[in-house]
Amino acid sequence: MIRYFIPLGVLVVVVVLLALGIHQAPRKDLVPSPLIGKPAPHFALPSLTNPDKQVTSAALRGHWYLFNVWGTWCVSCHIEEPELLAIAHTGLVPLIGLDWKDSRSQAISYLRQKGNPYQQIAFDPGGLEAIHWGVYGAPETFLVNPQGIIVYKYIGPITPHAWRHDILPRLPAGQTERGS
Amino acid sequence: MIPELGQFALILALLLALLQALFGIAGPALGRDRWTAAVVPAVAGQFVMVATAMGCLVTSFIDNDFTVRYVAENSNSALPLFYRVAGVWGAHAGSLLLWIFLLACWTVATAFGTLRLPRNFAARVLGVLGAVSFGFLLYTVVTSNPFLRLDPPWADGMGLNPLLQDPGLAAHPPLLYTGYVGLSVAFAFAGAALLEGRLDREWARWTRPWATSAWAFLTCGIALGSWWAYYTLGWGGFWFWDPVENASFMPWLMGTALIHSLAVTEKRGVFKSWTLLLAVLGFSLSLIGTFLVRSGVLISVHSFVSSPGRGEFLLTFLGIMIGAALALYAWRAPKMQSEAGFELSARESFLLFNNILLVTACGTVFAGEMAPIISNALGLGKLSVGPPYFDPTFLISMLPLLALVPLGVHARWKRGGFGDRGRTLLIVLAASVLIGCAAAFGLYTGAGVLSAVGMTLGVWIIISSLIDPIDRLRRRIAIPRAVLGMTIAHIGLGIFVFALTSVQGFTAEQDVAMRTGMSAPDGGYSFQFQGTQPVHGPDYGGVEARVIVTRDGKPVAVMYPQKRTYWVQHMIITHSAIFINRGSNILVALGQDLGDGRWSFRLQVRPLVMYIWIAALIMAAGGIIAITDRRYRIAQSAAEDPSAALAGGEAR
Repeated sequence: MIRYFIPLGVLVVVVVLLALGIHQAPRKDLVPSPLIGKPAPHFALPSLTNPDKQVTSAALRGHWYLFNVWGTWCVSCHIEEPELLAIAHTGLVPLIGLDWKDSRSQAISYLRQKGNPYQQIAFDPGGLEAIHWGVYGAPETFLVNPQGIIVYKYIGPITPHAWRHDILPRLPAGQTERGS
Repeated sequence: MIPELGQFALILALLLALLQALFGIAGPALGRDRWTAAVVPAVAGQFVMVATAMGCLVTSFIDNDFTVRYVAENSNSALPLFYRVAGVWGAHAGSLLLWIFLLACWTVATAFGTLRLPRNFAARVLGVLGAVSFGFLLYTVVTSNPFLRLDPPWADGMGLNPLLQDPGLAAHPPLLYTGYVGLSVAFAFAGAALLEGRLDREWARWTRPWATSAWAFLTCGIALGSWWAYYTLGWGGFWFWDPVENASFMPWLMGTALIHSLAVTEKRGVFKSWTLLLAVLGFSLSLIGTFLVRSGVLISVHSFVSSPGRGEFLLTFLGIMIGAALALYAWRAPKMQSEAGFELSARESFLLFNNILLVTACGTVFAGEMAPIISNALGLGKLSVGPPYFDPTFLISMLPLLALVPLGVHARWKRGGFGDRGRTLLIVLAASVLIGCAAAFGLYTGAGVLSAVGMTLGVWIIISSLIDPIDRLRRRIAIPRAVLGMTIAHIGLGIFVFALTSVQGFTAEQDVAMRTGMSAPDGGYSFQFQGTQPVHGPDYGGVEARVIVTRDGKPVAVMYPQKRTYWVQHMIITHSAIFINRGSNILVALGQDLGDGRWSFRLQVRPLVMYIWIAALIMAAGGIIAITDRRYRIAQSAAEDPSAALAGGEAR
């Protein structure tokens, strides 16, 4: 009776996939994103707060920026929010948000209540832009240098530790001295 | 000294679990009565050792022993005693120990519960539980020892994550784990039946109370977690389809299917191999859930600090454990024949639909959970799944399931049809549509079709559940506990559906900026901001606003939403104020200081939201009442006493 073996077969497939999953797991410390060292994707998206304006990669050239992918539906983003506000408060590096698969009204009221750490926010309701950045879970944060190259990627909610030990040291010295 | 004692006890527990598994499985198989007899002492010994280890870790937390790494990382001398104890399960290693401790408790309960069952069967059940416990103990001792010392010790601990400092969350893991681990008992009963190669209706009667009580705990645990998310995250959401929430929800769906399938197997001797499979899958999903949470393959709020070694260990363990059970299943299940057939309109069919729909729902959640991992593993690029996927797919299997509940309850066994209940059901259905539409379109403005459907389904389930008890009362026939429990659980389900629809469709929320003395209206209430003042907690400071809520000019409540800064972790947390008014929630969250005395607020009025959690508790209570039925207490003699078997589970 072959059909009684189906559950076992399914288990084998699941275990194999999970085993592959472990090895490709987004290990924050070990495996860098394939995008690191590569140019950040070019984008031109409507602004979340002002649909008539655009947020473009071209306009961001020449400055360091942190590109943070978030959404109001993402619980980890709620956790991360206070730390983002703290980072914005240092004034060391502007935060550019990508509001991912979200509704505009919800996102705006969310920022109004919790505070807005972002200098600009691109609105990506369909989730296409996030695919170009290789995002598969919010929040993810990219550090982009003035030449438009992705220097570092952080997966999951940014902690004070990650900010101080992973992101801050990658910013040029002049920039960090000004703040500390 | 105390941490070393704990470590020593843990290692002894590991050895005793191995003996328990060995004696329990090999004893009956080889016919060695002495081995079989040694299982219960091994269970007792393991329990004492695990309890000792647990006690040692709790003591280290209470004593602020920051020479222990796990304590230093998850506690702080400023933390009140209550949260120092809750800190034990605040992170990976300790929550694993809690898991093992609860498994030991369940095992002891099972040892008592199976005293009057055939000796070989009872030994096999305990043997399987021993194997599960052995796996988890080995995992703890090898990869996640909570008793490791720090050298040099820290002056003070890092503190407990502020989000976890909450009575609801302190109780959430123990309850949830009790449910999770409880499914291992049903798994062990299935394992014992597979090892024996025999499954009869008695087996289903023995298993039912265990499966149902695990399900009830799981229900409470999930509800408590959702309630915690609702008021701690301060955002008004109560279910986020977060990977970890899903990890607890999948076993619940499978467990719900299991308790229904067990009912059919006990009553009619059919669905045997299917019931076995559900028992195996329910526990498998809680193992896979544990893996997903602790291996770092998924990102979630709840994720524990992960290391690849831990993931590999867990995956190997679950592969062996579930693989052995399913291989045994493939070998033995074909021989387990159904004892009877049934008509398409019989209750058996409806319970089969129930099972198919629940398993489908579980499958869609599982697919959503695995999608990012699969697409990543196969190099198909990245994929993301959130509420936009889960909400509609889940609804597709839930709507027919809810609509069929009353039909399943009232259909007759075997020959099918509804008899003289058919007419009553039609009347109830018509009344439900009327009440549902009236509630959706009359009480609230701007109702959609889905709201009307949801409310109709809720009313349909509640009223039709009452038909049978009312009929019995009128004819002065006693209601067996099993029927009473089922009725209560189904009424809980109806209330849940009604409340959920109401919250989804008719929540009023808005963000306002208010100056001291100003008022803002929302959802029929008026909110007046009366200024702010500083607050001081044991390990946090912050600011608190005073908001007076009135309705039609009459005062309803004074609310104090807070913004707290936790010093140790440098985290700012919004602590919303919640006031419950006839089951509706008024929620005020304090936003930012906008300067010159103005603050931003988020005001929400959520009708009936409290009934979502109350309904979950009612469902769980139904489960608990059902297992107190007479026939489970007289497990041994009931088989020869047909009247006892007929008394329960029969709805007519």
